[in-house]
Amino acid sequence: MAQARKARPISPHLQIWRWGPAMLVSILHRVTGNGLAFAGLGLLLWWIGALASGPESYQSFLDYTWTGAGGRLQAFTAILGKVVLIGLTWAFFQHAASGIRHLILDIGAGYELETNARWSVITIVFSAIATIALWAFLLLR
Amino acid sequence: MGNGTSIGRVRGLGSSHQGTHHWLTSRLTAVGNLVLITFLIVSLALLPDYAYATVRGWVARPLPSIALILIMINTFTHARMGVQVMLEDYIHGEGGKIAAWLLVNIVPFAGAAFGVFSVLRIALGGA
Repeated sequence: MAQARKARPISPHLQIWRWGPAMLVSILHRVTGNGLAFAGLGLLLWWIGALASGPESYQSFLDYTWTGAGGRLQAFTAILGKVVLIGLTWAFFQHAASGIRHLILDIGAGYELETNARWSVITIVFSAIATIALWAFLLLR
Repeated sequence: MGNGTSIGRVRGLGSSHQGTHHWLTSRLTAVGNLVLITFLIVSLALLPDYAYATVRGWVARPLPSIALILIMINTFTHARMGVQVMLEDYIHGEGGKIAAWLLVNIVPFAGAAFGVFSVLRIALGGA
């Protein structure tokens, strides 16, 4: 037994497989989901808690996440805040599109190689377009 | 590993027979989130500005208040299940499993409670 263990084949992992759209979307689904769970829900609680606490807390939330007013720390975190906020909207659109894809796969449809790859690519295209459209609307109106 | 043998049952290994419920609940809350978060994003995007009075005034209205309370429950439930699956995939040590178990069974409930309470404070006019 001990001898046989040495050269046994191991299960291939990320670096072995040739990358394809379905694999990328699967990984993105997990990454965006956990990003939304930790950063997204954390920010949601900070926002609603600040809003409930009064004008000063809400202004402090805005300064740290967006305006950068009030000090050097806020100026720094506001840059991060913009990246995180835009990133979270992208994460939501990607996770939602990929999630709808999962709901369709759950009913047993869309497993043919070409169809599967096409819908995987569409989720990525959709999330990019939706993110750009949302922020264009918010910043340019 | 607990496939029906007596010692397996004593050690608590093997299926807990909760998989289907977990799977179905994660799908159900996913559909809920599609509706609720789309409502949140569209509503926030359509606000005239993001001044304190404007945003608080919006949250205090009945429909946004109810939607936000549902969001606090639904997103935390969905996130809890997703994070649990992620941790199950990557954490193999016994100590880590206990820490993960504490994390997914305490933090989401605390977060959701704080969120619901904050919405209620705004909606019911407390300062």
